[in-house]
Amino acid sequence: MSQADMTSSTISWEGGVSPFGMSWQKLMMWVFLVTDALLFAGFLASYLFIRLANGTWPDQGDVFNMPLIGLMTFILITSSATMATAVGSAHRGNLKSAIRFVSYTALGGAIFLGLQATEWTQIIHEGARLSSNPWGPSAFSSFFFMITGFHGTHVLIGVGILITTALRARAGKATSEGVELVGLYWHFVDLIWVFIFTTFYLI
Amino acid sequence: MSSAHAGLPFWRRYIFSTDHKVIGIQYILTAVFMALVAVGLSVLIRMQMTWPVRLWPIMEQLLPTAYEGGALKPEFYLTMVTMHGTIMVFFVISLALVSGVGNFIIPLQVGARDMAYPFLNMLSYWTIVPACLIMLASFFVEGGAAAGGWTSYPPLSALPGALPGSGLGQTLWILGMALFIVSFTMGSLNFATTILNLRTKGMSLMRMPLTVWTLLVSSVLGILAFPPLTAAAIMLLLDRHGGTSFFLPEGLVLGGNVLAYEGGTPLLFQHLFWFLGHPEVYVLVLPALGIAFDVVATFGRRPVFGYRTTVWALIVAAVLSMIVWGHHMFTSGMNPYLGEYFSIVTVLITLPFAVIGVNLVASLWRADIRLTTAMLFAIGIISAVGTGGLGGLWLGTAASDIYFHSSVFVVGHFHFMIGVVTSFGIFAAIYYWFPKMFGRHMNETLGKIHFWLTISSVFPAFIGMHYLGLGGALRRVYDPTYYEYVRPLQEMNVWITFLLFVAIAGQLVFFVNLFRSLFWGTRAEANPWNGATLEWTTPSPAPHLNWNEPPTVYGGPYQYRVNGVGGYVAQHTPPEEIKCPVGPHEG
Repeated sequence: MSQADMTSSTISWEGGVSPFGMSWQKLMMWVFLVTDALLFAGFLASYLFIRLANGTWPDQGDVFNMPLIGLMTFILITSSATMATAVGSAHRGNLKSAIRFVSYTALGGAIFLGLQATEWTQIIHEGARLSSNPWGPSAFSSFFFMITGFHGTHVLIGVGILITTALRARAGKATSEGVELVGLYWHFVDLIWVFIFTTFYLI
Repeated sequence: MSSAHAGLPFWRRYIFSTDHKVIGIQYILTAVFMALVAVGLSVLIRMQMTWPVRLWPIMEQLLPTAYEGGALKPEFYLTMVTMHGTIMVFFVISLALVSGVGNFIIPLQVGARDMAYPFLNMLSYWTIVPACLIMLASFFVEGGAAAGGWTSYPPLSALPGALPGSGLGQTLWILGMALFIVSFTMGSLNFATTILNLRTKGMSLMRMPLTVWTLLVSSVLGILAFPPLTAAAIMLLLDRHGGTSFFLPEGLVLGGNVLAYEGGTPLLFQHLFWFLGHPEVYVLVLPALGIAFDVVATFGRRPVFGYRTTVWALIVAAVLSMIVWGHHMFTSGMNPYLGEYFSIVTVLITLPFAVIGVNLVASLWRADIRLTTAMLFAIGIISAVGTGGLGGLWLGTAASDIYFHSSVFVVGHFHFMIGVVTSFGIFAAIYYWFPKMFGRHMNETLGKIHFWLTISSVFPAFIGMHYLGLGGALRRVYDPTYYEYVRPLQEMNVWITFLLFVAIAGQLVFFVNLFRSLFWGTRAEANPWNGATLEWTTPSPAPHLNWNEPPTVYGGPYQYRVNGVGGYVAQHTPPEEIKCPVGPHEG
C-alpha cells in the first residue's frame, strides 16, 4: 500500500465508533488475550480432566521445590505492580519514570525465567521427561512441561516486547497507549500464572 | 479505480492485494478449486457405495495406488471420506462463505473503505494457500492422506502406525489444519474489529444488515472456539512425536505389541474437538441465514420480519452453541448424566432457531416476491434449514441418538445443514452480489437451471440418507452390502449416486454461467436490484477503497415498501429527502 493510500484511508476511517469506546489497537489486544486465555483454558481443563481420569496423582509437595515456586510467583506479581506503575507514568507523560518501571518489569520477567529454568533443571535431573516421570502417571510431567513451557514462552516474548518498548520510549517513539497495551499483555501473563499456580501446584 | 491503486503493479493489485474485495474473490476462487477436489472425492465415494464389489480397470489406470487390481483399497476409501469432510468443511465452505463473502461484503455494508487491518487480511489469505497445498500434497505421501475421519479421533490419529494414512498423511493434516486455524483466527479478528470499529457515521449496531450481524456472531464464535482446538492439536502432535500419552490409554495393542502409553483418554480429544466442532457448524450456517435475510428482503420488497428478535436469537443461538458439544459424544462413554444435560441444552437451541426460521418465513408474508436466482436459493435455504433441523432433534436427544449415532442418518443430517444450507448461501451471495463484484449480471436462465437441478437432486438424496440410517446403515463402511440387514436398501444407494450426478450437472451449468458472465454478462448499473443497503451506493464493480467519503447512514437496512408499493428508502437517504411520510420501521 502506498503512502497516499495509507493517509487517505486513515482519514476516512474516523467515522466508525466502537461500542466499547476504544481504539482498534486495544480492541485487537483484548481479542487476542481472549483467544490466548482460551488456549490456556484448553490446556488446564485437559490437565484437570486427565488428573480426574487417573486415580493416583503425585503429591506436588514432594515433587516441587515449593519455596522456589513461591518466590517465582512473588516476583511475577511484583512485576505486575511495576508494570502498572509504568502505565500510570506513561499516561501522566512522565517518560523517564515509565522507561524505568518498564525496565524493572522486564528484569522481573527475566528473573522469573531464570528461576523457571532452575526448576526445570532440578526436575529433569530427578528423572522427569516429557513422556515419563518417577512419581506417577506420565501425564503429570507431560502437562508440567507443556503448560509451564507455554507460559514461559509467553513470559519470554513479554520480556522481549518490554525491552523493545523501553528502547522505543528512549528513542521517543513509544506512545502511552503502546505502553498500556504491553501492560495488558503482561498482566494477562501474570493472571495465567495465578491459574497455573493454583491448579498445578496448590490443589 | 483510485489513482493510488491503479498505479500499483498487477501482482500488488490482484495477487498480493490488500483490497478486501480482491481478497474476498481470491478466497471464493480458492474454495471453488478445492470444491472440485472434494466433489471428485465424493464421486469416488459414491461409486464405491453403489457398486462395492465391481472392478474398475479404468480407475486402475488413473489412480494405480488407490485401485490396485481395479478394486478400491479399503484404506483409501477411509482417506477419501476423511479428506472429503475436511476439505468441504474447512477449505470450501469456511473459505467461500465466511472468509470469501465476508471479506467482500463487510466493509461495503458497514461503510468502511477497507478492513481494519488490510495487511493482516492479505496475510490470512496467503496463509490459507499453503494450507490448501499441504492438504492436497498429503494425498501423494507414503500411506496417503489422513484416514482417521475428519474428526481425527485418537488413537487412529495419534498412533503413526494405526492406519496407512496415520503416518505422514496425518502429520500433514495437522499441519494444514494448524495453518487454517491461524488464518481463520486472523480473519475473524479482522472481521470483528472492522464491524465494531469501522462502521460509518450513523451505522449503529441495530442498523447493520443481518449478513453483517451473522458474520460478527460467527467471527466471535470462531475466535472463542478455535483456541481449545489448537490446544488439542498441540497435544496430539506431542502424542505422535513426543511420546506423551494425553489421548492414549493403557494397554493399546498395535500389530500384536502392547504399547507403552498409559493414563490418557481419547475422550479428552473428543471434548476438545467438539468444543470447537459444534460452534464451527454455526460459524458456517449463520452467515448463510444472514444472506437469506438480505436477499429475501431485497427481492420480497418488504422489511424483514422481526429484525431485533432475529439479532437476539442469533446471539442466544451462539451462546448455546458453546455449551452443547457433548451431543456429538452420547455413545463415547461419557457420563450419562452429562448426556442428559447435553440433550436438554441441545433441544433448547431449537428456540432461537425457530425464531430465526419463523422470521425468515414471515419475511415472505405478503411480500412482492421476485423469483430471481438469488431469491430461489434464499428460499431454498429456508427450506433446507427447516428440513435439516428436524433431523437434528433426533440426533440431539440422547435416547434417539444412541440408535442413530454413526449411521447414515447423521450423514444426511449434516449434509443438509453444512452442505445444502451453506452452499445455497454461497450461491445466493454470488448471484446477488456478482454485479457488485464484477460489474456484470449472471445469466438468469442458466441460474434457474442451476437452482432446479441442484435442489431437485440434493433434497431427495439427503432425505434418502435419513432413510438409510433409519434402516441401520452405518457411515464410513467400505462395503455397504456387507451387512445382510441393510442389503435390501442398496437400491437407495444407487438412486443417491444418480442424484449426485444430477447435482454435478447443475454445478457444471453454474461454472459455465460464472465464466460466461465474467466476460460476456450484461453490464450492471450501481444498484441493479434496488437494494437499500450501503454496498449499492458504490459503482459496479466497486472501486478500490469503495468510497472517497463513506456515506452517512440515517435508517435501518430494510426500509422497503415505506413510500408506496415497490418504493424504498436507502440507508443513506437523509430523512428530509424522503418524500412520503414514513411509517414506523426498524432502526
